[in-house]
Amino acid sequence: MGFETKGIYTVHEFTLAVKSVLTRGQFNDTWIRGEISNFTNHSSGHRYFTLKDKNSQLHCVMFKWYGKNLKFELEHGMKVLVFGDMDVYEQKGVYQLKVRDVRPDGIGELYKAYEQLKNKLAMEGLFSPDHKKTLPRFPKKIGVATSPTGAVLHDILTVLGRRYPVNILFIPTVVQGDNAGQSIVRSIDVLNKTKVDLIILGRGGGSIEDLWAFNEETVARAIFNSRIPIISAVGHETDFTIADFVADIRAPTPSAAAEIAVPDRLELDNHITRLGQMLIENQRRFVEDMKSHLTDLEDGVKPRLFVEGLTRYIRFIDDLTRRQTSSIGRLMGVKQALLNAHAGKLDAVSPLGTLSRGYSITLKLPGKTLVQRIGDVDRSDEVSIIVSDGKIRCNVNDKEECK
Amino acid sequence: MSFEESLKELEGIVDTLEKGQLSLDESLVLFEQGIKLVRKCNTKLKSAQQKVEQLIEENGEVKEEPFEVAINQV
Repeated sequence: MGFETKGIYTVHEFTLAVKSVLTRGQFNDTWIRGEISNFTNHSSGHRYFTLKDKNSQLHCVMFKWYGKNLKFELEHGMKVLVFGDMDVYEQKGVYQLKVRDVRPDGIGELYKAYEQLKNKLAMEGLFSPDHKKTLPRFPKKIGVATSPTGAVLHDILTVLGRRYPVNILFIPTVVQGDNAGQSIVRSIDVLNKTKVDLIILGRGGGSIEDLWAFNEETVARAIFNSRIPIISAVGHETDFTIADFVADIRAPTPSAAAEIAVPDRLELDNHITRLGQMLIENQRRFVEDMKSHLTDLEDGVKPRLFVEGLTRYIRFIDDLTRRQTSSIGRLMGVKQALLNAHAGKLDAVSPLGTLSRGYSITLKLPGKTLVQRIGDVDRSDEVSIIVSDGKIRCNVNDKEECK
Repeated sequence: MSFEESLKELEGIVDTLEKGQLSLDESLVLFEQGIKLVRKCNTKLKSAQQKVEQLIEENGEVKEEPFEVAINQV
Protein backbone atom coordinates (compact mmCIF):
# COMPACT_ATOMS: atom_id res chain seq x y z
CA MET A 1 0.00 0.00 0.00
CA GLY A 2 1.52 3.27 -1.04
CA PHE A 3 1.40 6.40 1.03
CA GLU A 4 -0.54 8.06 -1.75
CA THR A 5 -3.84 6.63 -0.48
CA LYS A 6 -3.64 7.75 3.12
CA GLY A 7 -1.24 10.66 2.89
CA ILE A 8 1.61 11.37 5.33
CA TYR A 9 1.20 12.64 8.90
CA THR A 10 3.66 14.72 10.72
CA VAL A 11 4.48 13.33 14.16
CA HIS A 12 2.44 16.03 15.73
CA GLU A 13 -0.52 15.44 13.46
CA PHE A 14 -0.40 11.75 14.21
CA THR A 15 -0.18 12.34 17.90
CA LEU A 16 -3.16 14.66 17.76
CA ALA A 17 -5.09 12.07 15.79
CA VAL A 18 -4.36 9.39 18.35
CA LYS A 19 -5.24 11.80 21.11
CA SER A 20 -8.56 12.59 19.55
CA VAL A 21 -9.41 8.87 19.48
CA LEU A 22 -8.26 8.20 23.02
CA THR A 23 -9.87 11.22 24.62
CA ARG A 24 -13.17 10.89 22.87
CA GLY A 25 -14.84 9.96 26.10
CA GLN A 26 -14.64 6.23 26.20
CA PHE A 27 -11.86 6.39 28.82
CA ASN A 28 -13.22 9.25 30.85
CA ASP A 29 -14.35 8.82 34.46
CA THR A 30 -12.56 5.55 34.77
CA TRP A 31 -11.58 3.68 37.93
CA ILE A 32 -8.40 1.66 37.67
CA ARG A 33 -6.87 -0.59 40.30
CA GLY A 34 -3.13 -0.87 40.63
CA GLU A 35 0.00 -0.26 42.67
CA ILE A 36 1.86 3.01 42.82
CA SER A 37 5.48 3.16 41.74
CA ASN A 38 7.92 5.86 40.73
CA PHE A 39 5.98 8.36 42.76
CA THR A 40 7.17 11.97 42.51
CA ASN A 41 5.60 14.79 44.43
CA HIS A 42 6.82 17.62 42.25
CA SER A 43 7.59 21.06 43.64
CA SER A 44 4.97 22.43 41.27
CA GLY A 45 2.39 20.60 43.41
CA HIS A 46 1.60 18.03 40.72
CA ARG A 47 2.03 14.36 41.51
CA TYR A 48 3.49 11.94 38.99
CA PHE A 49 3.49 8.19 39.34
CA THR A 50 3.18 4.95 37.47
CA LEU A 51 0.28 2.69 38.18
CA LYS A 52 1.21 -0.90 37.55
CA ASP A 53 0.15 -4.43 38.00
CA LYS A 54 1.96 -7.67 37.20
CA ASN A 55 1.82 -7.19 33.46
CA SER A 56 1.32 -3.51 32.62
CA GLN A 57 2.12 0.05 33.51
CA LEU A 58 0.16 3.25 33.18
CA HIS A 59 1.57 6.76 33.47
CA CYS A 60 -0.45 8.92 35.80
CA VAL A 61 -0.45 12.60 36.66
CA MET A 62 -2.44 14.21 39.40
CA PHE A 63 -2.54 17.97 39.09
CA LYS A 64 -2.35 19.90 42.31
CA TRP A 65 -5.90 21.22 42.19
CA TYR A 66 -7.12 17.62 42.39
CA GLY A 67 -4.38 16.57 44.78
CA LYS A 68 -5.44 19.00 47.48
CA ASN A 69 -8.51 16.86 48.18
CA LEU A 70 -6.42 13.79 48.87
CA LYS A 71 -7.16 12.26 52.25
CA PHE A 72 -3.74 10.65 52.52
CA GLU A 73 -0.38 10.93 50.84
CA LEU A 74 0.57 8.61 48.05
CA GLU A 75 3.44 6.24 48.64
CA HIS A 76 5.47 3.89 46.56
CA GLY A 77 4.00 0.39 46.65
CA MET A 78 0.59 1.54 47.82
CA LYS A 79 -2.38 -0.33 46.38
CA VAL A 80 -4.90 2.18 45.17
CA LEU A 81 -7.92 2.84 43.07
CA VAL A 82 -7.39 5.82 40.81
CA PHE A 83 -10.12 7.76 39.13
CA GLY A 84 -9.54 9.89 36.07
CA ASP A 85 -9.61 10.54 32.37
CA MET A 86 -7.40 9.35 29.56
CA ASP A 87 -5.05 11.93 28.11
CA VAL A 88 -2.16 12.05 25.70
CA TYR A 89 0.97 14.02 26.48
CA GLU A 90 1.78 15.29 23.04
CA GLN A 91 5.37 16.37 23.56
CA LYS A 92 6.40 12.88 24.63
CA GLY A 93 3.83 10.93 22.72
CA VAL A 94 2.72 8.99 25.74
CA TYR A 95 -0.73 8.36 26.95
CA GLN A 96 -1.43 8.93 30.57
CA LEU A 97 -4.24 9.06 33.05
CA LYS A 98 -5.20 12.47 34.40
CA VAL A 99 -6.00 11.43 37.93
CA ARG A 100 -8.80 13.21 39.78
CA ASP A 101 -9.05 11.02 42.86
CA VAL A 102 -7.09 8.30 44.55
CA ARG A 103 -8.46 5.98 47.20
CA PRO A 104 -6.71 3.35 49.19
CA ASP A 105 -7.57 -0.04 47.82
CA GLY A 106 -8.65 -2.44 50.51
CA ILE A 107 -8.53 -2.32 54.27
CA GLY A 108 -4.80 -2.81 54.45
CA GLU A 109 -4.33 0.40 52.55
CA LEU A 110 -6.84 2.23 54.70
CA TYR A 111 -4.85 1.23 57.76
CA LYS A 112 -1.73 2.41 56.07
CA ALA A 113 -3.29 5.77 55.36
CA TYR A 114 -4.56 5.87 58.92
CA GLU A 115 -1.14 5.14 60.37
CA GLN A 116 0.43 7.67 58.08
CA LEU A 117 -1.87 10.49 59.15
CA LYS A 118 -1.73 9.46 62.77
CA ASN A 119 2.07 9.64 62.78
CA LYS A 120 2.06 12.95 61.02
CA LEU A 121 -0.41 14.55 63.41
CA ALA A 122 1.31 13.04 66.42
CA MET A 123 4.56 14.62 65.26
CA GLU A 124 2.79 17.94 64.97
CA GLY A 125 1.60 17.56 68.54
CA LEU A 126 -2.12 17.42 67.82
CA PHE A 127 -2.58 14.58 70.31
CA SER A 128 -0.50 16.17 73.03
CA PRO A 129 -2.12 16.31 76.48
CA ASP A 130 -1.01 19.95 76.66
CA HIS A 131 -3.67 20.83 74.13
CA LYS A 132 -6.51 19.00 75.83
CA LYS A 133 -9.14 21.40 77.06
CA THR A 134 -10.82 20.82 80.38
CA LEU A 135 -14.47 19.89 80.31
CA PRO A 136 -16.79 22.18 82.25
CA ARG A 137 -18.07 20.57 85.44
CA PHE A 138 -21.63 21.73 84.87
CA PRO A 139 -22.25 22.40 81.21
CA LYS A 140 -25.35 24.45 80.53
CA LYS A 141 -25.62 23.65 76.87
CA ILE A 142 -24.15 20.76 74.98
CA GLY A 143 -23.73 20.64 71.23
CA VAL A 144 -24.32 17.25 69.70
CA ALA A 145 -23.00 16.63 66.21
CA THR A 146 -24.18 13.37 64.78
CA SER A 147 -26.57 11.84 62.35
CA PRO A 148 -30.25 12.76 62.80
CA THR A 149 -31.10 9.14 62.14
CA GLY A 150 -29.72 6.24 64.06
CA ALA A 151 -29.44 5.34 67.69
CA VAL A 152 -26.56 7.65 68.59
CA LEU A 153 -28.61 10.80 69.09
CA HIS A 154 -31.27 8.89 70.96
CA ASP A 155 -28.71 7.25 73.23
CA ILE A 156 -27.05 10.57 74.02
CA LEU A 157 -30.34 12.35 74.69
CA THR A 158 -31.54 9.49 76.86
CA VAL A 159 -28.47 9.44 79.04
CA LEU A 160 -28.30 13.23 79.30
CA GLY A 161 -32.00 13.39 80.14
CA ARG A 162 -31.60 10.83 82.88
CA ARG A 163 -28.47 12.29 84.42
CA TYR A 164 -28.69 16.03 84.30
CA PRO A 165 -31.02 18.77 83.05
CA VAL A 166 -28.78 20.25 80.42
CA ASN A 167 -29.79 22.03 77.24
CA ILE A 168 -28.89 20.34 74.03
CA LEU A 169 -28.16 21.85 70.67
CA PHE A 170 -28.26 19.22 68.00
CA ILE A 171 -26.66 19.79 64.63
CA PRO A 172 -27.52 17.20 62.01
CA THR A 173 -24.24 15.93 60.62
CA VAL A 174 -23.35 13.52 57.89
CA VAL A 175 -21.10 10.92 59.51
CA GLN A 176 -20.61 8.50 56.68
CA GLY A 177 -19.78 8.70 53.00
CA ASP A 178 -18.06 11.20 50.79
CA ASN A 179 -19.50 14.35 52.35
CA ALA A 180 -19.03 13.21 55.94
CA GLY A 181 -15.66 14.87 56.55
CA GLN A 182 -16.84 18.18 55.21
CA SER A 183 -20.07 17.96 57.17
CA ILE A 184 -18.28 17.18 60.44
CA VAL A 185 -15.89 20.08 59.94
CA ARG A 186 -18.79 22.39 59.25
CA SER A 187 -20.71 21.22 62.31
CA ILE A 188 -17.72 21.85 64.53
CA ASP A 189 -17.24 25.30 63.04
CA VAL A 190 -20.92 26.19 63.40
CA LEU A 191 -21.10 24.93 66.98
CA ASN A 192 -18.05 27.03 67.77
CA LYS A 193 -20.13 30.06 66.91
CA THR A 194 -22.86 29.11 69.38
CA LYS A 195 -22.86 29.23 73.15
CA VAL A 196 -22.44 25.52 73.80
CA ASP A 197 -20.00 24.61 76.59
CA LEU A 198 -19.13 21.27 75.14
CA ILE A 199 -19.45 19.28 71.93
CA ILE A 200 -20.16 15.59 71.61
CA LEU A 201 -19.07 14.30 68.23
CA GLY A 202 -20.65 10.91 67.80
CA ARG A 203 -21.18 8.06 65.49
CA GLY A 204 -22.25 4.48 65.94
CA GLY A 205 -20.10 1.50 65.16
CA GLY A 206 -19.17 0.45 61.68
CA SER A 207 -16.40 -0.79 59.45
CA ILE A 208 -13.22 1.20 59.03
CA GLU A 209 -14.63 2.51 55.78
CA ASP A 210 -17.79 3.62 57.54
CA LEU A 211 -15.78 5.45 60.16
CA TRP A 212 -13.36 6.85 57.66
CA ALA A 213 -14.46 10.47 57.88
CA PHE A 214 -13.21 10.49 61.47
CA ASN A 215 -9.75 9.62 60.20
CA GLU A 216 -9.53 12.55 57.86
CA GLU A 217 -7.00 15.26 58.38
CA THR A 218 -9.48 18.13 57.97
CA VAL A 219 -11.66 16.62 60.68
CA ALA A 220 -8.68 16.16 62.96
CA ARG A 221 -7.66 19.79 62.48
CA ALA A 222 -11.18 21.07 63.01
CA ILE A 223 -11.32 19.20 66.33
CA PHE A 224 -7.90 20.52 67.27
CA ASN A 225 -8.85 24.09 66.43
CA SER A 226 -12.18 23.97 68.20
CA ARG A 227 -12.41 26.57 70.95
CA ILE A 228 -15.00 24.40 72.66
CA PRO A 229 -13.96 21.11 74.27
CA ILE A 230 -14.94 18.07 72.26
CA ILE A 231 -15.77 14.57 73.42
CA SER A 232 -15.44 12.08 70.62
CA ALA A 233 -17.56 8.97 70.65
CA VAL A 234 -16.98 7.18 67.43
CA GLY A 235 -17.83 3.57 66.86
CA HIS A 236 -17.43 0.92 69.48
CA GLU A 237 -15.07 0.60 72.34
CA THR A 238 -12.43 -1.04 70.18
CA ASP A 239 -12.51 1.50 67.38
CA PHE A 240 -9.91 4.20 67.66
CA THR A 241 -10.19 6.93 65.08
CA ILE A 242 -7.85 9.85 64.65
CA ALA A 243 -10.69 12.08 65.84
CA ASP A 244 -10.52 10.16 69.13
CA PHE A 245 -6.85 11.00 69.53
CA VAL A 246 -7.30 14.69 68.84
CA ALA A 247 -10.47 15.10 70.87
CA ASP A 248 -10.17 16.45 74.40
CA ILE A 249 -11.68 13.24 75.69
CA ARG A 250 -12.45 10.01 73.95
CA ALA A 251 -15.56 8.17 75.04
CA PRO A 252 -15.86 4.49 74.20
CA THR A 253 -19.50 4.89 73.14
CA PRO A 254 -21.98 7.73 72.59
CA SER A 255 -23.76 6.83 75.85
CA ALA A 256 -20.46 6.99 77.67
CA ALA A 257 -19.82 10.38 76.10
CA ALA A 258 -23.07 11.64 77.60
CA GLU A 259 -22.07 10.24 80.97
CA ILE A 260 -18.72 11.97 80.79
CA ALA A 261 -20.32 15.22 79.68
CA VAL A 262 -22.56 15.82 82.68
CA PRO A 263 -22.63 15.03 86.36
CA ASP A 264 -25.21 12.60 87.61
CA ARG A 265 -28.31 14.21 89.05
CA LEU A 266 -28.55 11.61 91.81
CA GLU A 267 -24.92 11.98 92.76
CA LEU A 268 -25.36 15.72 92.72
CA ASP A 269 -28.44 15.40 94.86
CA ASN A 270 -26.47 13.36 97.34
CA HIS A 271 -23.63 15.80 97.18
CA ILE A 272 -25.94 18.69 98.04
CA THR A 273 -27.57 16.70 100.82
CA ARG A 274 -24.12 15.87 102.16
CA LEU A 275 -23.10 19.50 102.02
CA GLY A 276 -26.29 20.42 103.89
CA GLN A 277 -25.57 17.82 106.55
CA MET A 278 -22.01 18.98 106.91
CA LEU A 279 -23.28 22.51 107.24
CA ILE A 280 -25.67 21.56 110.04
CA GLU A 281 -23.17 19.28 111.73
CA ASN A 282 -20.51 21.99 111.62
CA GLN A 283 -22.81 24.58 113.02
CA ARG A 284 -24.10 22.24 115.73
CA ARG A 285 -20.54 21.49 116.76
CA PHE A 286 -19.65 25.14 116.65
CA VAL A 287 -22.59 26.05 118.88
CA GLU A 288 -21.71 23.15 121.23
CA ASP A 289 -18.17 24.44 121.49
CA MET A 290 -19.41 27.92 122.17
CA LYS A 291 -21.79 26.61 124.77
CA SER A 292 -19.19 24.66 126.67
CA HIS A 293 -16.86 27.61 126.49
CA LEU A 294 -19.63 29.75 127.90
CA THR A 295 -20.20 27.24 130.69
CA ASP A 296 -16.54 27.47 131.55
CA LEU A 297 -16.78 31.21 131.71
CA GLU A 298 -19.96 31.04 133.73
CA ASP A 299 -18.25 28.84 136.30
CA GLY A 300 -15.81 31.64 136.80
CA VAL A 301 -18.53 34.03 137.94
CA LYS A 302 -20.73 31.74 140.06
CA PRO A 303 -22.44 33.55 143.09
CA ARG A 304 -20.95 31.15 145.65
CA LEU A 305 -17.49 32.03 144.54
CA PHE A 306 -18.43 35.64 144.34
CA VAL A 307 -19.61 35.63 148.00
CA GLU A 308 -16.50 33.78 149.02
CA GLY A 309 -14.42 36.41 147.41
CA LEU A 310 -16.46 39.08 149.06
CA THR A 311 -16.14 37.50 152.51
CA ARG A 312 -12.45 37.42 152.11
CA TYR A 313 -12.46 41.13 151.49
CA ILE A 314 -14.73 41.75 154.47
CA ARG A 315 -12.48 39.77 156.74
CA PHE A 316 -9.49 41.62 155.51
CA ILE A 317 -11.16 44.92 156.15
CA ASP A 318 -12.26 43.78 159.65
CA ASP A 319 -8.77 42.76 160.37
CA LEU A 320 -7.44 46.10 159.29
CA THR A 321 -10.03 47.83 161.45
CA ARG A 322 -9.07 45.77 164.47
CA ARG A 323 -5.42 46.40 164.01
CA GLN A 324 -6.09 50.05 163.59
CA THR A 325 -8.21 50.24 166.79
CA SER A 326 -5.75 48.37 168.90
CA SER A 327 -2.81 50.38 167.74
CA ILE A 328 -4.71 53.60 168.38
CA GLY A 329 -5.58 52.32 171.88
CA ARG A 330 -1.99 51.56 172.58
CA LEU A 331 -0.94 54.94 171.40
CA MET A 332 -3.58 56.58 173.60
CA GLY A 333 -2.32 54.68 176.66
CA VAL A 334 1.17 55.89 176.11
CA LYS A 335 -0.01 59.43 175.62
CA GLN A 336 -2.15 59.18 178.78
CA ALA A 337 0.80 58.04 180.82
CA LEU A 338 2.88 60.82 179.42
CA LEU A 339 0.12 63.26 180.21
CA ASN A 340 -0.13 62.01 183.79
CA ALA A 341 3.55 62.42 184.28
CA HIS A 342 3.43 65.93 182.98
CA ALA A 343 0.35 66.65 185.10
CA GLY A 344 2.25 65.62 188.26
CA LYS A 345 5.06 67.93 187.44
CA LEU A 346 2.59 70.66 186.74
CA ASP A 347 0.99 70.08 190.08
CA ALA A 348 4.28 70.58 191.78
CA VAL A 349 4.56 74.08 190.44
CA SER A 350 0.89 74.96 190.79
CA PRO A 351 -0.03 77.99 193.01
CA LEU A 352 -2.75 75.83 194.44
CA GLY A 353 -0.12 73.75 196.22
CA THR A 354 1.33 76.91 197.66
CA LEU A 355 -2.11 78.00 198.90
CA SER A 356 -2.61 74.68 200.64
CA ARG A 357 0.57 75.31 202.53
CA GLY A 358 -0.94 78.56 203.97
CA TYR A 359 0.01 81.12 201.42
CA SER A 360 -2.58 83.28 199.70
CA ILE A 361 -2.91 85.34 196.55
CA THR A 362 -4.25 88.82 196.55
CA LEU A 363 -5.97 90.30 193.57
CA LYS A 364 -6.93 93.93 193.27
CA LEU A 365 -10.52 94.45 192.24
CA PRO A 366 -12.15 95.11 190.01
CA GLY A 367 -9.33 94.32 187.54
CA LYS A 368 -8.18 91.19 189.41
CA THR A 369 -4.59 92.30 189.02
CA LEU A 370 -2.11 90.42 191.08
CA VAL A 371 -0.94 92.31 194.14
CA GLN A 372 2.77 91.67 194.60
CA ARG A 373 4.01 94.96 195.96
CA ILE A 374 2.77 97.52 198.41
CA GLY A 375 2.49 100.01 195.61
CA ASP A 376 -0.01 97.82 193.88
CA VAL A 377 -2.82 98.90 196.20
CA ASP A 378 -4.03 102.06 197.84
CA ARG A 379 -6.10 102.63 200.93
CA SER A 380 -9.80 101.79 200.48
CA ASP A 381 -9.05 99.64 197.44
CA GLU A 382 -11.13 96.50 197.28
CA VAL A 383 -9.14 93.30 197.07
CA SER A 384 -9.91 89.64 196.82
CA ILE A 385 -7.72 87.22 198.75
CA ILE A 386 -7.58 83.73 197.45
CA VAL A 387 -6.89 81.05 200.04
CA SER A 388 -6.76 77.33 199.70
CA ASP A 389 -10.50 76.80 199.99
CA GLY A 390 -12.08 80.15 199.02
CA LYS A 391 -11.95 83.93 198.56
CA ILE A 392 -12.08 86.70 201.05
CA ARG A 393 -13.18 90.19 200.04
CA CYS A 394 -11.48 92.95 201.96
CA ASN A 395 -10.93 96.66 201.94
CA VAL A 396 -7.48 98.05 202.41
CA ASN A 397 -7.48 99.98 205.64
CA ASP A 398 -3.87 100.81 205.80
CA LYS A 399 -0.58 99.78 204.22
CA GLU A 400 2.93 99.71 205.40
CA GLU A 401 6.02 99.13 203.55
CA CYS A 402 8.60 96.83 205.04
CA LYS A 403 12.03 98.16 205.08
CA MET B 1 -27.11 33.06 90.51
CA SER B 2 -26.78 29.89 88.49
CA PHE B 3 -26.92 26.41 89.97
CA GLU B 4 -23.21 25.98 89.38
CA GLU B 5 -22.36 29.21 91.15
CA SER B 6 -24.70 28.34 94.02
CA LEU B 7 -23.12 24.92 94.43
CA LYS B 8 -19.63 26.38 94.28
CA GLU B 9 -20.51 28.94 96.92
CA LEU B 10 -22.10 26.29 99.10
CA GLU B 11 -18.96 24.20 98.92
CA GLY B 12 -16.93 27.25 99.83
CA ILE B 13 -19.11 27.97 102.85
CA VAL B 14 -18.88 24.41 104.15
CA ASP B 15 -15.13 24.65 103.74
CA THR B 16 -14.90 27.92 105.64
CA LEU B 17 -17.13 26.69 108.42
CA GLU B 18 -15.11 23.52 108.68
CA LYS B 19 -11.95 25.49 109.31
CA GLY B 20 -13.80 26.97 112.28
CA GLN B 21 -12.01 30.26 112.57
CA LEU B 22 -15.08 32.43 112.65
CA SER B 23 -16.94 34.35 115.29
CA LEU B 24 -20.34 33.05 116.29
CA ASP B 25 -22.06 35.87 114.47
CA GLU B 26 -20.06 35.31 111.31
CA SER B 27 -20.65 31.59 111.40
CA LEU B 28 -24.38 32.06 111.89
CA VAL B 29 -24.56 34.36 108.90
CA LEU B 30 -22.67 31.82 106.78
CA PHE B 31 -24.74 28.96 108.11
CA GLU B 32 -27.96 30.67 107.19
CA GLN B 33 -26.56 31.48 103.77
CA GLY B 34 -25.47 27.87 103.34
CA ILE B 35 -28.87 26.45 104.24
CA LYS B 36 -30.48 28.83 101.80
CA LEU B 37 -28.06 27.65 99.10
CA VAL B 38 -28.85 24.00 99.81
CA ARG B 39 -32.52 24.75 99.34
CA LYS B 40 -31.82 26.75 96.21
CA CYS B 41 -29.62 24.05 94.68
CA ASN B 42 -32.19 21.39 95.40
CA THR B 43 -35.01 23.43 93.95
CA LYS B 44 -33.04 24.31 90.87
CA LEU B 45 -31.96 20.76 90.25
CA LYS B 46 -35.49 19.48 90.66
CA SER B 47 -37.18 22.10 88.55
CA ALA B 48 -34.60 22.19 85.77
CA GLN B 49 -35.82 20.91 82.44
CA GLN B 50 -33.88 19.60 79.55
CA LYS B 51 -34.34 21.66 76.42
CA VAL B 52 -33.41 20.16 73.09
CA GLU B 53 -32.79 22.37 70.09
CA GLN B 54 -31.68 21.74 66.59
CA LEU B 55 -29.47 23.92 64.48
CA ILE B 56 -31.12 24.44 61.15
CA GLU B 57 -30.23 26.39 58.10
CA GLU B 58 -32.62 28.87 56.63
CA ASN B 59 -31.72 31.14 53.73
CA GLY B 60 -28.08 30.42 54.33
CA GLU B 61 -28.42 31.45 57.95
CA VAL B 62 -27.99 29.06 60.82
CA LYS B 63 -30.48 29.27 63.67
CA GLU B 64 -31.68 27.26 66.61
CA GLU B 65 -35.09 25.68 66.80
CA PRO B 66 -36.81 23.45 69.32
CA PHE B 67 -36.23 19.86 68.43
CA GLU B 68 -38.75 17.16 69.19
CA VAL B 69 -37.34 13.74 69.69
CA ALA B 70 -38.56 10.53 71.18
CA ILE B 71 -36.81 11.60 74.34
CA ASN B 72 -40.17 11.72 76.06
CA GLN B 73 -40.10 7.97 76.27
CA VAL B 74 -37.32 8.28 78.79
